[in-house]
Amino acid sequence: MPTVKFLEFDGSEHDIEVSAGTSVMRAAIDNGVPGIDGDCDGQCACATCHVFVDPAWLARTGERTVSEEELLSFASAAEPNSRLACQIKMTNALDGLVVRMPAGQH
Amino acid sequence: MDSVSLEHVRDDAYAIPLDRLDVSEASRFQNDTIWPYFERLRKEDPVHYCNDSLFGPYWSVTKYRDIMAVDTNHKVFSSEVSSITIVERTEEDRNPMFIAMDPPKHDEQRKTVSPIVAPDNLAKLEGVIRSRVSAILDGLPRNETFNWVDRVSIELTTQMLATLFDFPFEDRRLLTYWSDVATTVPKAGQEIDSWEKRAAIMSECLAYFTRLWNERINTEPRSDLISMMAHSPATRNMAPREFLGNLILLIVGGNDTTRNSISGGVWFMNQNPDQMRKLRGNPALVPSAVSEIIRYQTPLSHMRRNALVDTTLGNKKIKAGDKVIMWYISGNRDDEVIENADSFIIDRKNPRQHISFGFGIHRCVGNRLAEMQIRILWEEILSRRLDVQVVGEPERVSSNFVHGYSALPVRVAA
Repeated sequence: MPTVKFLEFDGSEHDIEVSAGTSVMRAAIDNGVPGIDGDCDGQCACATCHVFVDPAWLARTGERTVSEEELLSFASAAEPNSRLACQIKMTNALDGLVVRMPAGQH
Repeated sequence: MDSVSLEHVRDDAYAIPLDRLDVSEASRFQNDTIWPYFERLRKEDPVHYCNDSLFGPYWSVTKYRDIMAVDTNHKVFSSEVSSITIVERTEEDRNPMFIAMDPPKHDEQRKTVSPIVAPDNLAKLEGVIRSRVSAILDGLPRNETFNWVDRVSIELTTQMLATLFDFPFEDRRLLTYWSDVATTVPKAGQEIDSWEKRAAIMSECLAYFTRLWNERINTEPRSDLISMMAHSPATRNMAPREFLGNLILLIVGGNDTTRNSISGGVWFMNQNPDQMRKLRGNPALVPSAVSEIIRYQTPLSHMRRNALVDTTLGNKKIKAGDKVIMWYISGNRDDEVIENADSFIIDRKNPRQHISFGFGIHRCVGNRLAEMQIRILWEEILSRRLDVQVVGEPERVSSNFVHGYSALPVRVAA
């Protein structure tokens, strides 16, 4: 099964197996990875699953959706490599994906 | 309310012909009898048209997923027409505020104020909040009945707001007063008996803040809300009406909401002693309890939108120009999304999934600050082993918008 490496803001690492088709947000919540809240349960309606995608992986996660772009524009620490984890669906091609959590979700 | 009266209310809720059911009546919010009416709508007519009310015709959206669909579709459902509450406001007497704007103007203004309640700034506020909470709790009378709403809920949130604005501390109760006036619908026989009277008081609010603005615009930018607005390109040229509007937004949004979650939390713990025991036994549950309190209280009962084009919601056709009310208070009790939604369960799965803060681009910008205040309060209540007993019925506010308490008589054992 493909794996995602979640890096907490303080550097702690979590290597989580995520089956293809599951969102990165869902995997974090279901596996108790701290630093991702997912308040809207993956509906792209908040910005509390904000992650920084490792630049080497960013292009492979695909493009931000229109709503995602909008919501990220309000996130306090958004960067060019920011994405909402609920919009990244796991695939075998993303095996080894690395994402970093911000200091806090808002 | 005793079970006979509740039975009576439930009968009434199901007996009214559906097309005569108007859930906007403030009295039901005040006597806490709203619940079976919304339950009926969720079951029988989740997207419900009321063609005649004190506020004219309006749609009620009562289920969680439908509410989220409206909230996130700002291109169809605008915040800019009239008002973000069910009350109609005219162009002349409205104060523009970014909650009642659509993009792009909304986005520019929101981004100006959101840094003050972003995670890194919140971390800086934690210490001052904790010392204020401690001082308030340590100063409470023992073995004597007092009003928790006034001594704790209002006091704490007002102090917090004064800090965010860097507002003269000794005058902070003006913030409470202006917040209450701002959310009052004028009625004969009460202090605010006309829109003119209300406007006159809000002008005083504007004058006071304008003085602070004028002081700060000429000094180095600081990290208080007034200085931020005075220096940011998006807001420094605001017309006075717009400045007042955004002030009202921040005062009400930061004040009259958290206040009611604080009061509600004490009430719910008293009504559900098993939950209080659970919390005392495991203080790590505080963050989860905070979210559950905010869900269960739902400090703002509704938010309003106007359809910009004809659209369909559920199986209903909504026409361009129609007023659409998202009843957050109903969505938060939707058991298709939230298990045992009518129960207060502090360690439920996914406590953060609730609609009290809304969703989409208008989602409450202060939501983490609200959570932080309530969290610190409960941490300090627990660490002191304070036993706060509610000793009388709560008095609720007569409003279909602000869902809150004017009085909660309590007693703290020595």
